[in-house]
Amino acid sequence: MEAFTTHTGRAVPLRRSNVDTDQIIPAVWLKQVSRTGFEKGLFAAWREDPSFVLNNPAYEGASILVSGPDFGTGSSREHAVWALQQYGFRVVISPRFGDIFRNNATKMGLLPVVLPEDVVGRLQDAAEADPKTEITVDLVERQVRSGDLVVPFEIDDYTRWRLMEGLDDIGLTLRHADAIEAYENGRQPWLPTTV
Amino acid sequence: MGRTLAEKVWEQHVVRRADGEPDLLYIDLHLIHEVTSPQAFDGLRLNGRTVRRPDLTIATEDHNVPTVLGPIADPVSRTQVETLRKNAAEFGIRLHPMGDAGQGVVHIIGPQFGLTQPGMTIVCGDSHTSTHGAFGAIAFGIGTSEVEHVLATQTLPAYRPKTMAIEVKGELPVGVTAKDLILAIIAKIGTGGGQGHIVEYRGEAVRKLSMEGRMTVCNMSIEAGARAGMIAPDETTFEYLRGRPHAPKGEAWDQAVAYWKTLRTDDDAVFDKVVEIDASTLTPYVTWGTNPGQGAPLGSTVPSPEQFDDPVERAAAERALEYMGLTPGTPLRDIRVDTVFVGSCTNGRLEDLRAAAEILRGRKVVTRTLIVPGSMGVKKAAEEEGLHEIFKAAGAEWREAGCSMCLGMNPDTLKPGERSASTSNRNFEGRQGKGGRTHLVSPQVAAATAVTGRLTAPADL
Ligand code: SF4
Repeated sequence: MEAFTTHTGRAVPLRRSNVDTDQIIPAVWLKQVSRTGFEKGLFAAWREDPSFVLNNPAYEGASILVSGPDFGTGSSREHAVWALQQYGFRVVISPRFGDIFRNNATKMGLLPVVLPEDVVGRLQDAAEADPKTEITVDLVERQVRSGDLVVPFEIDDYTRWRLMEGLDDIGLTLRHADAIEAYENGRQPWLPTTV
Repeated sequence: MGRTLAEKVWEQHVVRRADGEPDLLYIDLHLIHEVTSPQAFDGLRLNGRTVRRPDLTIATEDHNVPTVLGPIADPVSRTQVETLRKNAAEFGIRLHPMGDAGQGVVHIIGPQFGLTQPGMTIVCGDSHTSTHGAFGAIAFGIGTSEVEHVLATQTLPAYRPKTMAIEVKGELPVGVTAKDLILAIIAKIGTGGGQGHIVEYRGEAVRKLSMEGRMTVCNMSIEAGARAGMIAPDETTFEYLRGRPHAPKGEAWDQAVAYWKTLRTDDDAVFDKVVEIDASTLTPYVTWGTNPGQGAPLGSTVPSPEQFDDPVERAAAERALEYMGLTPGTPLRDIRVDTVFVGSCTNGRLEDLRAAAEILRGRKVVTRTLIVPGSMGVKKAAEEEGLHEIFKAAGAEWREAGCSMCLGMNPDTLKPGERSASTSNRNFEGRQGKGGRTHLVSPQVAAATAVTGRLTAPADL
């Protein structure tokens, strides 16, 4: 995964709550067996509406999505993260995320940033008033900056380190293969196997 | 200080704990289906890795499968299913393909085989993995990167979620089901109410639920935003498990039961959050909007956005009513539907089909009605009881097992503007097909609705 330290870009204000993963990428797109090409399915149903914010040319090339609360709820489909990234987003800002989406995002290097509702509202206002408004998301300092707005955000040390290094989780876990084996030797004898 | 059920099960599975790092959690059972696994297997191949414990892994085909006999017509769906077959064969994973007696929706077959047991950790690349928590397991949905991680290591790095108790006081009135209970809970706490928590459902009404009912409740924990839902195991759980193909036998059974009996929240344990709900005042519940929190008693009316103080909720209600084509003040009972769907991992088990059959016996449906067993095992059991004859006589369609109309990935879909009463779990925009409008209901309400063509409770018939 691509390392993430700090990112500056323009923002798309998405004034909706409960943006479930079925909206981010509808089920028909999930039939693909590859990992690419999902940008075309991003918000596919909503994009049919010419007034939908992603259809506004002023936001072309924006890389930060600023959404209302409960972004990424619902289905566990990681395709939602792939679609956002492949479309060009590096950060999603929302007052609250679905747990699975948030996990998936950090595995892939898409940064989910939780900010209070009023701050999200101000960022959306700014991006609406002037689509050229730039936002800096600084993972090193755990800070979001835009104009004279400077707000901290929380992220645990481990996830931050992993994102900053661009590290693959599996490689990290396999370093503990001995601990896994030791645990396996002590598992309860009645636990089922599928064979 | 005492520990909660979730804490006990979690602690039992910690492989490694280090300061400032997530716990490394051992996974006892990994369920796989065709949609969220292909890229994970690709990842393994790319890195030259293998599946660490194929013997703790099981796969089925469910999301893409048509529910009428015959091959998959859509070439893209077919490729996805064939990819799973190839991967299962290559990595030595047990697979229940279409047409196999063991095939079915992934969350139906785990419990059916007795693979889902108390105190286990269970994951699947599917958010409704929470279903298995009904047995007192920690069970949660994961994304494809994590599927790959579990395949390669049989573990997951994870922080222990916070704990939340939902105390259900009193008893459910006659005619009020587990589905009504969970819809009422979600309407109360909201779609983000459980975020970051493992919910434990407790109280008299929960203890009295059958295993099927408990699975319905835990299934929709994700719709309340929770990481997982759990119910402490008890005699109901043990009775359900006894004699199932993968349940422990003989001495191992006694050992297991002795351990399972310790899997309850200690009296002095403290939850991070507690919510109470009174079961005795509940009535059949339905959703009117486009998220599962937008629900109301069937006896009420379509709400007006002005009723919501919170501006975000108000805007969501406005948008939902527009999408659903509903006018505030309309009695919910006046809403006409085009299709009724009974099935899914929420309500596709034998007990659900029995409940629907009881209402449809000797009656006729006036809408397109799809009855889809959650697994081939459920189908066989239902047919042994003659339920399929009741459905067919009523004019409903009796189908093969699969996810069917729960999501628009297979041929069972709504057309734009069509409205359904559905026993599934998600009423998101387009979930059952582009432009489709979904009202989530219990199997009982679904069956009664099929008879009248309007949202109806059995008591109204
Ligand atoms: S029945 Fe529906 S919710 Fe359950 S696994 Fe299938 S698609 Fe998902």
